[in-house]
Amino acid sequence: MKVGIPRERFPGERRVAATPDSVKKLAKLGFAVEVEHDAGLAAGFDDESYVAAGATITPSESVWASDVVAKIRPPADDEVGRLNGSQTIISYLYPAFNGETVQKLAARGVNAIAMDQVPRTTRAQKVDALSSMGNLSGYRAIVEAVNVMQRPLRGQSTAAGKIHPCKVLVIGAGVAGLAAIGAARALGAIVRAFDTRPAAKEQVVSMGAEFLEINLDEDGSGTGGYAKEMSPAFIEAEMALFLAQAKEVDIIVTTALIPGKKAPTLITAEMVRAMKRGSVVVDLAAEQGGNCELTQRDKAVDVNGVTVIGYTDLPSRMAQQASTLYATNITHLLEEMGGAEKFSVSDQNDIVRPMTVLKAGEMKWPPPAPASPPPAAVVAAAPKAPAHGQGHGHGHGAPSGESSAFGRWGLLVAGLALLAVGYAAPASFITHFTVFVLACFIGYQVIWSVTPALHTPLMSVTNAISGIIVIGGMLQVKGSSAASLVGLAAVVLATINIAGGFLVTQRMLRMFHR
Amino acid sequence: MSDSLLNSAYIGAAVLFILSLKGLSHPETAKRGNTYGAIGMAIAVLAVAIQAQIITSPLLIGAIIVAGGIGAVLAARVQMTSMPQLVAILHSFVGAAAVLVGVSSHLGPLEQLAGAEKTVHAVETFLGVFIGALTFTGSVIAWGKLQGVIRSKPLLLPGRHLLNVAMLVASLYLGVVFVQDGPQALQSLLIMTAISGVIGIHLVMAIGGADMPVVVSMLNSYSGWAASAAGFMLNNDLLIITGALVGSSGAILSYIMCRAMNRSFVSVILGGFGADEGAAPAGGAVVEGEMVATSAEEVADQLKQARSVIIVPGYGMAVAHAQHPLRQIVEVLRKQGTSVRFAIHPVAGRLPGHMNVLLAEANVPYDIVLEMDEINADFPDTDVVLVIGANDIVNPSALDDPSSPIAGMPVLHAWDAESCIVFKRGKGAGYAGVENPLFFKPKTRMLYGDAKASTDTLLKLLQG
Repeated sequence: MKVGIPRERFPGERRVAATPDSVKKLAKLGFAVEVEHDAGLAAGFDDESYVAAGATITPSESVWASDVVAKIRPPADDEVGRLNGSQTIISYLYPAFNGETVQKLAARGVNAIAMDQVPRTTRAQKVDALSSMGNLSGYRAIVEAVNVMQRPLRGQSTAAGKIHPCKVLVIGAGVAGLAAIGAARALGAIVRAFDTRPAAKEQVVSMGAEFLEINLDEDGSGTGGYAKEMSPAFIEAEMALFLAQAKEVDIIVTTALIPGKKAPTLITAEMVRAMKRGSVVVDLAAEQGGNCELTQRDKAVDVNGVTVIGYTDLPSRMAQQASTLYATNITHLLEEMGGAEKFSVSDQNDIVRPMTVLKAGEMKWPPPAPASPPPAAVVAAAPKAPAHGQGHGHGHGAPSGESSAFGRWGLLVAGLALLAVGYAAPASFITHFTVFVLACFIGYQVIWSVTPALHTPLMSVTNAISGIIVIGGMLQVKGSSAASLVGLAAVVLATINIAGGFLVTQRMLRMFHR
Repeated sequence: MSDSLLNSAYIGAAVLFILSLKGLSHPETAKRGNTYGAIGMAIAVLAVAIQAQIITSPLLIGAIIVAGGIGAVLAARVQMTSMPQLVAILHSFVGAAAVLVGVSSHLGPLEQLAGAEKTVHAVETFLGVFIGALTFTGSVIAWGKLQGVIRSKPLLLPGRHLLNVAMLVASLYLGVVFVQDGPQALQSLLIMTAISGVIGIHLVMAIGGADMPVVVSMLNSYSGWAASAAGFMLNNDLLIITGALVGSSGAILSYIMCRAMNRSFVSVILGGFGADEGAAPAGGAVVEGEMVATSAEEVADQLKQARSVIIVPGYGMAVAHAQHPLRQIVEVLRKQGTSVRFAIHPVAGRLPGHMNVLLAEANVPYDIVLEMDEINADFPDTDVVLVIGANDIVNPSALDDPSSPIAGMPVLHAWDAESCIVFKRGKGAGYAGVENPLFFKPKTRMLYGDAKASTDTLLKLLQG
C-alpha cells in the first residue's frame, strides 16, 4: 500500500506532511512512501534524507496516484482532478467553508479525511493537528507581535529609567491561547486571558496569567471542547470588558473560533482605535474571517499606529517543527486506520468517523453529534483530598502527634495496670519488669533513628539478636534429660538464626556504597 | 564465674546490642554496628556457657557448630530478591526456639518456686510459648507466601474473626488450667501450643502478598516479645532487654508500613485487603482515556535528551531481576551528565527497605536512592520518570479520589513530571485492584513487556 506525500503548492506554505522520521514509522506500519521531489525542502528536509529513511522520490503524477495522499492544505482544483475512486486523501478540508472542493472530491468518488475535523477527545489527541498547530501558532503570535513592537515585554529598572512590563490580553484559552500565554509569560509580560468556558480558568491560572471574568452566570462550554455562541447580554458585557482592556494592554491575541461558523467579531474598530500607538493585535482566527474587524487576511496593517496582524501561515513560519508534529499526527491517524494491512475508512472507529468527510464519494459530514464537554472539565472540579503533604518525618525522630493519640485515658489505664502489677506481683518480677519497660523505651528511641534505607538490614540484625534466646536453651541443657534435649533443639534453631542473621546483614551492608 | 561477673557480661552485651541498632542510622556506621552486635552475642553466649559449666559439653559445641554452619550457608547463598523469605523463616526459628525453651523450662525448672512467684512463672511460660508458637507458624506461612509455595491471595474463611476469638478463649481457658499446675498442666500447654499455631496460620493466610511488609515486621516484633517472655520466665535480664529492643523495632516498622499505606494496623492484621467481599472492584472513579504504548527506541531517545530522570522501582523490578541492567542504564545516563535518582516508597517490595537492598546489591550508590518525602517535591522539575514494576504507589487517585480504596495513602507524584514511562507486564490493575489513572494521563507512555527484557533492550539502545 502506497502513501504519497505531494509538495504543497499553496503560496507561502512551507510545511510537508511527512518527515524522514515519520517515513520510518510509516514503513513499520507496512506503507511504502513516495515523496514528491523537493516536497520537504522548505521545511528543512532534503530528498536524500527521505531516501535514507526508506522513501522513494517520485514525480508528481505518481505521488497523486498513491492509495493514500497525505498533505496539509486542502487540495486545489487541479489536484482534485488527479484523484479517482478507491484513493484516500488526508488533509485540512474545512468542509463548512470549502463546499465546492468537497463536491468536486465527491465527484471523483474518493475517501476524504479532514484533519480539521478531529474529535476533541483524549484518545484523539495523538491525531489532533489543530492542537499541535495551534500550539505553535500561539507561540508564534507572540513572536510576531514582539517583532513589530518597539519595546521589550519584560519590565526592568535601569540607570537610564524604568522599563514598564508589557501587558498582554489573550482571548480564547484553547491550545493556541495557552501557548501564547506561556510564550508571553516567558518573555516577562503581564498576561490576562479571557474565555467563555469556566473550565479554562484553572488552565489559565496554571500558566501564570490572570483570568478575566464577567459577572454574568453563563457557561460557554459547547460540545466537543469548543465554545458556543453567547447571549446578547453576555456579549455586551464582554465588549465593555474588551474596550476597557484595549485602552490598557499592549498586545491582544485573539484565538476565538466556533466550529463550522465564521469567527466571532470580538475586537471592533473602536477598540483598535482606543489602543495605544505601538500596540499590536494578532488575530489567529484570520483564516476563518478574523476576530478583529480590521483584520486583513495574511497581512499586517497599520491603523493609527496599531498593527493588526492577520497572518494565516504562522505554523508554516516554523515549518520544520510544524511538519514534524503534523507528520506524527498523520502517522498516528494511519495507524488508527489499521496500518497498511488492515487499512479501512471505518465508521466504527471513534476517531476516524468524525474526520471522514467523504467515503467513496458519499457525503459523511457532518458526523452525528459528539458527546458532552470533555471529561477534563469534570475531573478538574473533583475535590482534592487534603490528607497528603503532611510532611511525614519518619527516620527523623518519633512523630510528635502520635503520643497524643494514646490519649489521657490510655495513660490512666496504663497507670492503673502498673498499680495492679505492683500490688499483685512478687518483687523479683517488678525488677525484671522495670528492665523490660526501660528497654522498650530505649528500643523506641533507637529504632526511630534508623534510616529507612536500612530497614531490611535492621530486620535481619534484629533477627540475629533475637537469637539471644539461645541462652535460654543453653541454661536448660544441663537440666533433666527431656528438658535438656528440648533445650538443645532450641539452641540449634537459635544458633542458625544468630549466624544467618549476622552474616546476611554483613553481606547486605557491604553492598551499600556511596 | 560469679553472678556479678555474669551480670556485667549481660550489661556489656545489652549495650553492644543497642549500639548495633544505633549504628544503622547511617550506612557508613552500619557495618561497625553489625560487628558490635556479633561481639555482644559472642560475649553473652560464652558467659552463659562458662557460668552453666557446659562450655566443654560436646553436645552443645557440636550443636552450635552444625547450626552455625547451616546459618552461614543460608546467609551466603540467599539471593537478595529472596531476602523477605529468609527474614520470615528466621523469624520462625526464633518462634520455635521460644516454644522449645518454654516447654523445656516447664519440664525441668531451673529453680523450685512457690506461691505468687510460681504463678507468675507459669503465666510467663504460658505467654512465651503462646507468642512463640504463633510467631513460628505465622512466619512459616509468610515464608510460603513470599516464596510462592502458598497462594498470596488472602484466604478468607467465613466467620474468621469469630474463629480467632474462639481460639483465643480456648487458649485462655487452657492457661488457667496450666497455672493451677494440676496433672494436666503439660497436656494443656501442648494443646495451647497447637491452637496458637493454628491462630498464626489463620492470621497470615488472611493477609495478601503486598501487605507482607507489615506482616513480616509484625512477626519480627512478635519474635522479640517471645524472647522477652522467655527472659521473664528464666529470670534473665539480657533476654528481656534484647527481646524488648527487637519487639519495639518490629512494632515501629509495622507502624511505618501501615502509615505508608494509610491503613490502620488492625485493618492490616485482620487481613482481607485486596479481596474485598463486595463484588465490584470497590469504589473509585471510572478512568477515562487511553493507555498509549511506546517502544524502547522512543524511551531511549527521551532518556538521551533528558536532563533529570527519576526511577520508581516496585516489586515487579524485584520479580524480574531488572535491577542490574537498570544500574547500567543509570551509569550510562550519569556519564552523559543526566541527573538520575531513585524514588523509594516505604511499602515498595515485600519487606521494609527491600528496594534499597536490591539497588545496593546492583551497585547503585545509596546517595542517589531517596525516600518518598525527600524526592516528592522534585517531580515537577523532572524530564522523565521511569516507573518499573510499581503501580499503587504511583496512583494519583490516592490523593484526588476520596472513593478510591487507597484514598489517603501517600504516593509518589510521578504524574508531575514532564513525561512518565511505565514498565508493565500487562494491562491489569495493581495489587489493590484499583485502576491507575496515571497510566491514562496524556504525558504517560506504557512500555509493555517483562521488565528485565525491556531494561536490557533499553540498555543496548543507550549504549549503541
